[in-house]
Amino acid sequence: MIKNQIQPGFNLGNATKKFYISAFVVITFIAYVIHQRFTKPDSALIPASQLSTSSSQTVYKDGTYTGPQVDAYYGLVEVQVKIQQGKIANVQFLQYPNDRNTSVRINSIAMPYLEQEAIQAQSAQVNIISGATLTSEGFMMSLDAALKTAKNSS
Amino acid sequence: MKQTRLLMGMPITIEIVDPSTTNAIFDVVYDYFNYVDETFSTYKDTSEISRINRHEISLAEVSEDIQTIFALSEQTKQETGGYFNIQHNGSYDPSGVVKGWAIYNAAQILHLNGFENFYVDAGGDIQMSGCNADGENWRVGIRNPFNPEEIVKVLSVTDRGVATSGTYVRGQHIYNPLAEGQLITDILSLTVVGPDIYEADRFATAAFAMGRGGINFIESLDGFEGYMIDKEKQATFTTGFKKWVINA
Repeated sequence: MIKNQIQPGFNLGNATKKFYISAFVVITFIAYVIHQRFTKPDSALIPASQLSTSSSQTVYKDGTYTGPQVDAYYGLVEVQVKIQQGKIANVQFLQYPNDRNTSVRINSIAMPYLEQEAIQAQSAQVNIISGATLTSEGFMMSLDAALKTAKNSS
Repeated sequence: MKQTRLLMGMPITIEIVDPSTTNAIFDVVYDYFNYVDETFSTYKDTSEISRINRHEISLAEVSEDIQTIFALSEQTKQETGGYFNIQHNGSYDPSGVVKGWAIYNAAQILHLNGFENFYVDAGGDIQMSGCNADGENWRVGIRNPFNPEEIVKVLSVTDRGVATSGTYVRGQHIYNPLAEGQLITDILSLTVVGPDIYEADRFATAAFAMGRGGINFIESLDGFEGYMIDKEKQATFTTGFKKWVINA
């Protein structure tokens, strides 16, 4: 009997709890959305096309913006974007999957957010310089033409 | 001692700082490069590769080195999703893999002869070993594709290979093998630091042909770092690249 009397009360409490939990979830979600809207307007991932042409189009507000953790299928990715004078100055990974050699093809398509910088001339002394072969093409074309001429004139 | 000779259509510079260095060892290494040129140059009518392309030799009777290069090319093609291909319009041009392979072998020749502190630089692709004359890592500059007189980055590297694939504002010479006849225009240069020059060179070549996505391909490889310069004079680099950079 005692059990039967307590049971309905317990059931009612459970329903009330469910209501409060649901309400809490909804309010938290709304608060999160508002928070996102007003405090991190540029926190979404920026398309690669904008990274390359940062001088034109969109003007961003100066500051450092952290994107949400995104499940990129092969792991979580989180980037930070630094805006200076309305332009993207730097993009950095805060989080990025570690198993580098297991997903070569996937990464090569889905990971276009690496750090960037404007190139700048350096004055330091070096032993060797790496660069695309300067003389090769011209030299070979010239040699090739010379050989052809040599053939025709014989 | 340091020597530069023009072979394979490019300046090849070798510097050895070991005290036991003699002129003779330079001759040995340059002779090797000359042999590679005589065998693999598509510009020489008498080379084995030219004879294969004219169907004078069947694939069954090619030399061991040609077989090696064909096998390495096929492996690279598979590892890069087809972005590396030595076959164009029915003929073979393996220069994209031969160069790095030849530099690697030249460094092996020096090692076998007891030399430890040197570099071999063939047209801007370099294998380094040991220390420079100051007893430090070799210092490698990355050339500015907009101004060949300038460098835009200084690296401190040894016992590794550094290769740069690219083009300069004056000319274009790397085509995308998956889009016949399409030139790479977005990216001017891609420098790769790899475990050796053979590895660095083949992946630099393939990644460059991928265009903007190439640097992400390098990022995905274990033991490789890259520095890509695009037409907006912006550089994009892999997450571990900074460990090689000297902040001058």
